[in-house]
Amino acid sequence: MPVHVHVNVNQSDQHHDVEPRLLLVHYLRDVCGLTGTHVGCETSLCGSCTVLVDGKAVKSCTMFAVQADGSAVTTVEGLAKDGQLHPVQQGFWECHGLQCGFCTPGMMMASVALLAQTAKPSREQITEGLRGNLCRCTGYSHIIDAVNHAAAHGGVRLQPDSAQGVARG
Amino acid sequence: MYPANFDYVRPSTVEEAVRLLAKHGDDAKLLAGGHSLIPAMKLRLARPKVVVDIGRIAHLSYIREAGGAIAIGAMTTHADVQASKTLRDKSPLLAETASHIGDVQVRNKGTIGGSLVHADPAADYPASILALDAEIDVVGPRGTRTIKAVDFFVDLLQTAVAADEIVTEIRVPATAKTVAYVKTEQKASGFALAGAAVVIGPNGVRVGITGVAAKAYRAAGVEKALAGQKLTPDLIARASAQASAGVDPLGDIHASPSFRAHLAQVNTRRALEQAVRRS
Ligand SMILES: Cc1cc2nc3c(=O)[nH]c(=O)nc-3n(C[C@H](O)[C@H](O)[C@H](O)COP(=O)(O)OP(=O)(O)OC[C@H]3O[C@@H](n4cnc5c(N)ncnc54)[C@H](O)[C@@H]3O)c2cc1C
Ligand code: FES
Ligand code: FES
Repeated sequence: MPVHVHVNVNQSDQHHDVEPRLLLVHYLRDVCGLTGTHVGCETSLCGSCTVLVDGKAVKSCTMFAVQADGSAVTTVEGLAKDGQLHPVQQGFWECHGLQCGFCTPGMMMASVALLAQTAKPSREQITEGLRGNLCRCTGYSHIIDAVNHAAAHGGVRLQPDSAQGVARG
Repeated sequence: MYPANFDYVRPSTVEEAVRLLAKHGDDAKLLAGGHSLIPAMKLRLARPKVVVDIGRIAHLSYIREAGGAIAIGAMTTHADVQASKTLRDKSPLLAETASHIGDVQVRNKGTIGGSLVHADPAADYPASILALDAEIDVVGPRGTRTIKAVDFFVDLLQTAVAADEIVTEIRVPATAKTVAYVKTEQKASGFALAGAAVVIGPNGVRVGITGVAAKAYRAAGVEKALAGQKLTPDLIARASAQASAGVDPLGDIHASPSFRAHLAQVNTRRALEQAVRRS
């Protein structure tokens, strides 16, 4: 039986009736049309599907959309504001933090969550914070540089209200 | 990878969840953090007809002092256990153990109750729950009961919790700083090939081992060899050789039975040395 969900996605209220088995990543991509969030392994290992749910980094391939009912979800599309890249996006741009770009949305969302908790992380803390995200191209070094760059340029900023869910009831 | 279809219910109290489990019997499965259940459902190893999501039951996620113990709600995430100041100050082993689980994203969703009831032979918490001699509260149609850690793990993926019962709280004693968890991980998933948890207390040493056998166990041989003795490096090395005595080690593509047995001994020694250094 379909279930009604109300999810605030990138500051926009979404109402849909979904099958309970619909994974959050497919909800975001196929129902909301936000294809920035990638599906890689589908087995919770690669991290390319990472989004923020109520401000916390989660793998959206290992969560049902119905579990996000009443929550605020931030995807990579929610990072830039008024045509201005988020400091984490800017860091990936400046430091060449990507090659093919497949892992990048997940890497950036995990980085945003990391910087929200640890404003000036060490390289070890960045490695630990991005442990759940795999990259087949860069060798990680430039990704760590990118997060460092973001930390030095106001990367702590989460989007306003992004850690707040919609009113439940 | 889509799981088979199911009906979804989201009770708001434990009582309601217990009623739903009683009503649907074997067709129902509880959903906590979903980080064991959803992968199993995708592979169709689990095909519940009804999924009972306990993620929104109020007051199942907490860490607080209760008498001489620290009480942890079953829905407390690994991330919250890892970050808990109460645990770090009063009973640091569980917080240390949680920091070894998977990665940030996994720790943000997975719960202590879900991990214990899933009873993966390679999960991290079981070693520490045994070494801490924890107590686990479960609620079911027959009321509330408390299960001791030593009676909790029954076999591969099997615990003493009945299908119609819900774990609500885990209680661990306050301990000194002389505790440690040392693990060799399977590189891809982070799960334990062998993990050893150690608590050195005034009344002796307790050692829990995970990853090695079908279920986590107390290393009785090690505990006995150390009882009432001064923990010298020499004695620790000799006692740790007993860490896999009498168990039937698992083997798979990641590690042979003899390698797992060896890792149990090495990690037990390292955990004991680490705990002693913390005194
Ligand atoms: C990529 C990845 C890496 C991982 N790495 C590790 C690791 O290194 N170490 C480790 O220990 N674990 C690891 N895990 C497992 C993780 O810790 C899971 O979160 C945990 O095993 C299950 O907890 P959950 O809350 O997600 O439970 P769920 O998946 O929701 O449920 C698991 C089972 O427990 C039952 N259940 C859940 N809660 C209760 C309750 N309160 N009462 C009764 N029954 C209940 C469910 O019905 C289900 O059968 C990993 C998982 C993934 C996906
Ligand atoms: S697609 Fe979700 S972790 Fe790989
Ligand atoms: S840039 Fe290609 S996978 Fe990371």
